[in-house]
Amino acid sequence: MSPDELRDDQVDGPELTARLAKTWGTDKGIIGALSTVDHKVIGRRFIATAILFLFLGGLSAILMRMQLALPENRLMGPDFYNQLFTMHGTTMMFLFGVPIGEAFAVYLVPLMVGTRNIAFPRLNAYAYYVYVFGGLLIWVAFVLNIGPDVGWFAYVPLSGPEYSPGKRADFWAQMITFTEVSGIAVAISVIVTVFKFRAPGMTLDRIPLFVWAELINSFVIIFALPAVVTASATLMMDRLVGTHFFNPAEGGDALLYQHLFWFFGHPEVYIIFLPATGWVSAIVVTFSRRQAFGYIALVLSLIATGFLSFGLWVHHMFTTGLPQLGASFFTASSMLIAIPNGIQIFCWIATLWDGRPVFRTPLLFIVGFFFIFVAGGLSGIMLASVPLDTQVHDTFFVVAHFHYVLIGGNVFPLIGAVYYWFPKFTGRMMSERLGKWHFWLAFIGFNATFFPMHILGLMGMPRRVYTYLPEMGWGSLNLFTSLGAALFFASFVLFLYNIVSSARRGAVAGPNPWNAGTLEWASASPPRPQNFDRIPVVTNREPLWAHRDDLPVVAGLSVENREQLVTTVTDARADLRETTPEPSIWPFIAAIATAILFIGSMFTPWALVWGSVPLALALMGWFWPKPSTEDER
Amino acid sequence: MRRGRPFLLLAVLPLGGCQGWQSALDAQGPAARTLADMFWIFLAILAMVWLLTMIILVLSLRRRRPADADPLATNPDTERRMTVTISVAVGLTLVTVLSLTGLSYAAQKVLFARKDGALTLLVTGQQWWWEVTYEDSQPSRVFTTANEIHIPVGEPVLIKLEAGDVIHSFWVPSLTGKMDLIPGRQNQIQIQADRPGLYRGQCAEFCGLQHAHMGLLVIAETKEDFERWRDRQVSSATPPSDSHRQRGMEIFLSKPCVMCHQVRGTDAGGKVAPDLTHVGSRRYIAAGTLETTRGNLAAWILDPHGIKPGVNMPAVRLDPDEIQPLADYLEGLK
Repeated sequence: MSPDELRDDQVDGPELTARLAKTWGTDKGIIGALSTVDHKVIGRRFIATAILFLFLGGLSAILMRMQLALPENRLMGPDFYNQLFTMHGTTMMFLFGVPIGEAFAVYLVPLMVGTRNIAFPRLNAYAYYVYVFGGLLIWVAFVLNIGPDVGWFAYVPLSGPEYSPGKRADFWAQMITFTEVSGIAVAISVIVTVFKFRAPGMTLDRIPLFVWAELINSFVIIFALPAVVTASATLMMDRLVGTHFFNPAEGGDALLYQHLFWFFGHPEVYIIFLPATGWVSAIVVTFSRRQAFGYIALVLSLIATGFLSFGLWVHHMFTTGLPQLGASFFTASSMLIAIPNGIQIFCWIATLWDGRPVFRTPLLFIVGFFFIFVAGGLSGIMLASVPLDTQVHDTFFVVAHFHYVLIGGNVFPLIGAVYYWFPKFTGRMMSERLGKWHFWLAFIGFNATFFPMHILGLMGMPRRVYTYLPEMGWGSLNLFTSLGAALFFASFVLFLYNIVSSARRGAVAGPNPWNAGTLEWASASPPRPQNFDRIPVVTNREPLWAHRDDLPVVAGLSVENREQLVTTVTDARADLRETTPEPSIWPFIAAIATAILFIGSMFTPWALVWGSVPLALALMGWFWPKPSTEDER
Repeated sequence: MRRGRPFLLLAVLPLGGCQGWQSALDAQGPAARTLADMFWIFLAILAMVWLLTMIILVLSLRRRRPADADPLATNPDTERRMTVTISVAVGLTLVTVLSLTGLSYAAQKVLFARKDGALTLLVTGQQWWWEVTYEDSQPSRVFTTANEIHIPVGEPVLIKLEAGDVIHSFWVPSLTGKMDLIPGRQNQIQIQADRPGLYRGQCAEFCGLQHAHMGLLVIAETKEDFERWRDRQVSSATPPSDSHRQRGMEIFLSKPCVMCHQVRGTDAGGKVAPDLTHVGSRRYIAAGTLETTRGNLAAWILDPHGIKPGVNMPAVRLDPDEIQPLADYLEGLK
């Protein structure tokens, strides 16, 4: 770097803002849009894409409820219904549930820790494109009527070569591979951002709870996803090249697949829930007007949840005839997860108790979360018991339970989070009047849809049936549930309308409309490309509450180059200045090459060989050495 | 999709009487009773926990701070009180889950204890029906039937579970919980009914297109009735006495039916589909989907895919005058 480089202690005010915006900005045009490495642009796309998949998953659910509204309904055949529930589960878990948490991390974590971009921004852009291609792959297959039809779990031997000829199950297995690559890449970016790019002074006990949640979540992702990669890759090998991992006739084992799948599958639901705890923490603190009660307990609970989530996968397999004593160990470990979750719930309630709750829409959805999620957690205690599980496993009782914990535990906080951060994303407030209507419609619609399913399951209705006989006596409850689903879906239409109309006509929000305490509210709404004109210095867990008008800052970073401040891991002392990559089209091209390799390998193993050539070329372009502006101290 | 006639309106069972015939809470056996009791205990405890949490949540929404209070300020007294309260709550949670774990383990000990019974069955799950073999120390007393299990009242019956193709799950909720049938493994489950009656069950693990129509029926009867039924099942099919049914038998033996189905005592020896030796004595055909009537038999033979799309049985081409004798013959296989 040249000594005459302009630094941010030499300019000030609007000139500094304008110059930094030029340095960190995204170019115009389609190439610029595809080259961008701005975490906010990628994060916005990520969130929008995940919410689009939420709507697609919801549409498939509505079609299923139409089919189940009447006994022996002839609206669709079993083939289409099986594709629908497979797409619904797969979309909600892999294309919405995991990505939405990561998408919020991509957008918010750099802002909350007070830096200008995410670590590895090109990897992050690549991860987003790979995720989009994976989602496109499976939905295009579905539209062409070659979508997967063996469930989001794809148990062998049903999904194996003998009972699922054709390419349906391969589309499912390969979509997993796409989301894996994407998920792990984002997780790595988030972890490094949190460890190395925090604003000076943001020691470990000053990290916002949302960032903690995303950090733990990223670790869970890194440890859980390889299990499902193994499961889906070995499944594809059985299907494509004639291995016998899961074929009992040749010494394989059908249960091995279930172990691999659920060793990922249970952490998966915590991967969906952990980011939501971050949203709940942020909203509870802001709208209680009080700092979080039991910060340390909350962080330790997050870590405990992350660890415990790996120790209870077998409760998905209680009816497979495993040894009883081993199974009861998993009863105990499944019930123990109630402890860290309980601690979190109690701490949030204590924060509200000692605070001054402000009843705006985000807080309403969090109160809804408490009602629904706690009920779902308690039905989970029933499922954790081996004997009780033999009755309710694979019935609508389970469907009710996990929709209570997943919609209650993820979607309600998510809606609260959208209402809460929408002004930061767009610079405009969402309509509060519509928000109240939205909440009550969603809350009543949700319970009308899913509460009766508990009863249906106890009355003996199994999951994943495309119809049922009239004499089973399940008709009236199913009709009620289907009408509830229509109501619940209407609430999402209202949500969409609120988003679209508020983005155009909402009241203009200042930088900090809710008077919140964390750093993202110190930037403009929407944030400028550089996030902050000067990097803040953190002296408190809620910097904006501690320094209402005079946030201390660091000076001396380059204005002309993309320079970030690197700090030490535990006490966040300023350590290095590091340049972060410029925009590049190569991540996009690499994502296309990856997609070609993955899709080709559904048809021939040689695609792994020849498909690696374009991928290698794209990576060469990506990593082509550039003249360095680093100055090592 | 066309249907020969509205079979399902022919439900003979009065609607009120079958409300609970596949319900986990309508316990008709010792295991199901233990499980139902356990469910109510869990429900009572957990509902109380939920209610308590919600009451505290609602109380917490009252505004206790003045509007101008510093959000970073905390009162040490309040902090201490809340810490103590939460510690007690967490302690109570721990006690609750530990007691429920203990209760669960104790119930497990009772439920999965094997009692000695006289009767052992082998049930093999197939897409999408249940093959049932009654084992016996005398090979001549071993017989195979499908989708309908008769058991003597008040005796534990051991069922070995195997799968012929994909994973299925055996579940008769009013008798006991479910157990999977997994290719390459053998699981076991014990059922026992307290009083005579019909107990419906169905496959609980997704197994492909017709997972929804993979029902089975357990019929509990007195010891005498059961032995009488069993003796009849062991015997071969009685040849039809009237010419009408005789013609039906000839049609049956000349069609592809015999490639898959077996009727003991005739040349039909197929093993891949349900044994039809006494099909007329079974209450349902097509795995608990249709009542066994002549009309339903005819409809099922003519258009199985209209009734169960994707099923492995092909539609058999029959001349119009062949349908009636064939259905009569099958219906007569008591």
